[in-house]
Amino acid sequence: MIYFKKVLKKIISPYRIAGSLFSSQYALMLEYRAEIVLWAISGVLPLIMLGLWTGAEARVLAGITKEDITRYFISAFIVRQFTAVWVMVSFEEDHIEGKLSPFILQPIYPFWRYFFSHVAEQFTRIPFVLVIMIFLFIGFPQTFFIPSNKELIAAIIAIFSAFCVRFILHWTFAMVNFWTERASAIERVLMIPYLFLSGLVAPIETFPESVRAFALLTPYPYLLSFPAKILSGANVNLLQGFLCLFLWGSLFMFISFYAWRNGLKQYSSMGA
Amino acid sequence: MFKTLLSTLNIIRSFWSTGLASELEYKFNFYFEIIAVIGNLIGSLFVLSLFYSPGATLGGWTWSNALIVLGIHTFLDGITISILQPNLSRIVRHVQLGTLDFVLLKPIDAQLWVSLRMFSPWGIPSMITGFLLIIYSLISSTYALRVSTLIVGILMLTCSFLILYSLWFLIASTSIWFVKVWNATEVLRSLLVAGRYPVSAYSAPLRTIFTFVLPVAFLTTVPAEAILGTSTGIMILSSVSISIVFFVISRYFWRYALRFYTSASS
Repeated sequence: MIYFKKVLKKIISPYRIAGSLFSSQYALMLEYRAEIVLWAISGVLPLIMLGLWTGAEARVLAGITKEDITRYFISAFIVRQFTAVWVMVSFEEDHIEGKLSPFILQPIYPFWRYFFSHVAEQFTRIPFVLVIMIFLFIGFPQTFFIPSNKELIAAIIAIFSAFCVRFILHWTFAMVNFWTERASAIERVLMIPYLFLSGLVAPIETFPESVRAFALLTPYPYLLSFPAKILSGANVNLLQGFLCLFLWGSLFMFISFYAWRNGLKQYSSMGA
Repeated sequence: MFKTLLSTLNIIRSFWSTGLASELEYKFNFYFEIIAVIGNLIGSLFVLSLFYSPGATLGGWTWSNALIVLGIHTFLDGITISILQPNLSRIVRHVQLGTLDFVLLKPIDAQLWVSLRMFSPWGIPSMITGFLLIIYSLISSTYALRVSTLIVGILMLTCSFLILYSLWFLIASTSIWFVKVWNATEVLRSLLVAGRYPVSAYSAPLRTIFTFVLPVAFLTTVPAEAILGTSTGIMILSSVSISIVFFVISRYFWRYALRFYTSASS
């Protein structure tokens, strides 16, 4: 019986840790809801680009209808809201200020602490995104659309997977902090292909053939365009998309584990 | 009058040379900034080219004219990185730590001090790129630049800088009440991205917003039109008056905000 309890405890404990990490981070994030609203507004780029693409002659020439482009960019806006990642900035701050040391002493991979703080932040964004959606649909009633249940479930899974891959990618590069100060400069560089290749500013279909082929070789289109297309009800190859997300995620997971182990050997916190 | 101006310029010069010296310690940043600027340029040109697929134009602007708008935006972005961001983000810190006391006690205009204290070199690559883009598009188009349009263009650019500065400063001033407004400037930056493209390319509701609510049109499109000699007298006049109004408002707002400043410990 005692043995059984022990096993049960071992099975349950990760869930308990995850639960308490999530709820504490959620409470923390609720404190900053005014700030989070501002962060959310700063993800307005897809809506600005929507204003450009609806009137662009290039859209007509590419054979994309007004409804399609509107749905695409509104979906892209939603995906962007729930895939925001700032782990490089927090990690750099914690590393420089020496806050990382107590985290390392805890019997849990610090990765999870940052991960759950991001997930918790996404939950605080939900009401805000709903309000924006209501305003958008009042303003542009002809764009109103409700994805089917199947699409919605696929989209939610795709958005969460895209977030996870993006998080792992940034976590991997955050490891650079162990070797140099101010790794946040890397984030600025990392943002550039995301900005231009992910489909945030233009649908992938409008890219010239060669650029599109190149973009699809990078992880970026799967981080934004893929979930956004599912959400907007477009035809997408689900299997290929999820497979690419999985492969990219695993690759960076592997690199980040390796970097973490080597980085820790390198690590000397403030004052040590 | 002339003497005070000269001494002010002298003060700014010494501010900036010390600021420069402290920033140049981070050489690692320099390489990344260069990569970021080049990457951004290629990306922006690429996206712009998507709108110019064969047979298409954007808002009635030719490719090389649209490049001028992009160039002005890049240039202003450089100024933002070099001057606006490093200085105005510090207002927030001054209020948080209560060190704004020391600024207010100095025998120099407080707005001048908080606005021009720092100069970060990281915006220079953007400024140069923006400038080169403008020159390139002027050379590549058949348009012959006249002295008169150049002067008006420079005047419009000055106005757009004044507007940009005033917008930033207005938001930064609100930190006296809200302390943490750094995110608000991030919102402003993300909205100003709209200035990469000529304002006539946007749909009607956005065009109205970008002209009358958030003057994005006066930041990039109007100066570009002035350089090209296609701007109307009304536009030039409204640009000058809007910039003056914005600047005066920002100044009064700062003074008004200071009345509510109660140091950190009191």
